[in-house]
Amino acid sequence: MNTKKKNNRAWFLVLPVVIVVAFTAIIPLMTVANYSVQDVLSPTNRVFVGLDFFRQIATDPSIIAAFQRNIIFSTQILAIEIPLGIIIAKLMPRQGWKAAAALVIVAIPLIIPWNVVGTTWRVFARPDVGLLGVTINQFRPFDIGNTPADAWFTMVLMDVWHWTPLVALLVYAGLRAIPDAYYQAASIDGASAMSVFRFVELPKLRRVLMIALLLRFMDSFMIYAEPYILTGGGPGTATEVMSILLAVIAVIQFDLGQAAAFSLIYFLIIQIFSFIFFTVLTLDQRPGPTPVKGKGKRGKKHLAEEPTGVTNE
Amino acid sequence: MSDTMAPVARAGQKGSYFDWKSWLFWLIMAIWSIPLLWLMSMSVRYNEDILTVFEIIPSRVSFRGYVEFFSEPLWYGALINSLTYTTLNMILSVAVALPAAYAFSRFTFSGDKHLFFWLLTNRMAPAAVFLLPFFQMYQALGLFDTTYAVALAHMLFNVPLAVWILEGFMSGVPRQLDEIAEIDGYSFPRFFLTIFIPMIRAGIGVTAFFAFMFSWVELLIAKTLTGPQAMPLAVQMSTTSTAAGLDWALLSAAGVIAIIPGVVVIWFVRNYIAKGFALGRV
Repeated sequence: MNTKKKNNRAWFLVLPVVIVVAFTAIIPLMTVANYSVQDVLSPTNRVFVGLDFFRQIATDPSIIAAFQRNIIFSTQILAIEIPLGIIIAKLMPRQGWKAAAALVIVAIPLIIPWNVVGTTWRVFARPDVGLLGVTINQFRPFDIGNTPADAWFTMVLMDVWHWTPLVALLVYAGLRAIPDAYYQAASIDGASAMSVFRFVELPKLRRVLMIALLLRFMDSFMIYAEPYILTGGGPGTATEVMSILLAVIAVIQFDLGQAAAFSLIYFLIIQIFSFIFFTVLTLDQRPGPTPVKGKGKRGKKHLAEEPTGVTNE
Repeated sequence: MSDTMAPVARAGQKGSYFDWKSWLFWLIMAIWSIPLLWLMSMSVRYNEDILTVFEIIPSRVSFRGYVEFFSEPLWYGALINSLTYTTLNMILSVAVALPAAYAFSRFTFSGDKHLFFWLLTNRMAPAAVFLLPFFQMYQALGLFDTTYAVALAHMLFNVPLAVWILEGFMSGVPRQLDEIAEIDGYSFPRFFLTIFIPMIRAGIGVTAFFAFMFSWVELLIAKTLTGPQAMPLAVQMSTTSTAAGLDWALLSAAGVIAIIPGVVVIWFVRNYIAKGFALGRV
């Protein structure tokens, strides 16, 4: 069941995707690369500047600060959203209309346009007329417009509210895919709920968790609309993440060369991080550096192993 | 693999009459709904109240935002634009991703691993990176300010995701099925369309939901590629301001309306989300 056929004609099946993605990604990316090494003074006058723009970007203190903010932000929201998503998924009802209703309610934040999320939270967090702001103000002074820590807190809270449902949905689907026989075996062995989670569920959830982790990492690292509308990067530069800076350079300053160089560095950073996650998370699953293969094997391996693992417990 | 949802008492649930899990879940959901209820309440309040009075239950209610939305062609036109390119994008993304996902799940071929990761990298490109080139490219093609431009551009991040999710579902279908069909004399296209696709329809449902969702909520690319003709709802929202500042009530009403198509889509795929992944090993 697990041996895949070697067949180079499979390329024909992949061809449509390659064409589409080449059209939507490679051509634009080449344009960006082109801009990044030239200074366009006028449509007829371009100067080749080599890596100057890259040097400027990489040494720009405001960009480095924004980069650090991105790292902190992504770390914080991943540390909250992944466990919280697992907890919510574990609590979700599994049958009947309750399960259907729960799915719809959990998924709603995901389908709200991003600027609406920002707009809602902008009023919601106002210390004078917003429910969140007023509530926190009862306990301690809260001012999203002037206190950097409060603005940051709201940004993280907003993201947790907005995106934990994605993790919860994926994990819920992953949990539903675990055959009942596993639970029965565990229950015969008298395993505690904790060890059921640790030895039965967690290994099975690896793949969904990888998808959730990667998606959340990529999107949180690229986050733009929500903080832009919520705080506009402020107060000061407290919530100024890289994409907000990039939009300023590209759209307001209209400095194409710098923006292009920034874009490429940005892209590269996300790729490197994602590659590391990808490699680490799939490391012990497969013999070679195969992103796609090995899944079949993994499933089978666990079938044989996991109930034993629970027995040992 | 067939029915894993049998009502078997799961470990940890047995013997307790007070279902604290269920209570805790609905408590979390109640907290989760607060910002949403806040949006709904804003949509029926008066503009002058929203930024001046703090109230949980609106003291006076107006449906002006909703009335304006459906009487103003700019607004409901924007809703139609958004629905058009989102649907188009959803169909195209799934259609091109299906054969590719099949290839990745069934065969090894030269460069497949690299290709797969390369596809994923496109999901990682910050939208801002592509704004300018997209603008130039679609302008040159004469597609600027059409729903097609947005539908095509959104394939940038939806196609890789679709391949990724579908591949997971397809790998859950035993390969023997393909072989048996071949022995039975099915041609590949016939097998794929009449046997294989129906088998993974749950996966297609889930994929369609994600494609819909990411296209529906995206703002930056949609904004760059459209002018007055094909303006999407999210962009129309960001342009709404009067002399007195933002029209919060109208904006919130539009926000509430913008949620409805998504709820309809979730409603259709809810069983697939629950049952669907059981087929695949996602």
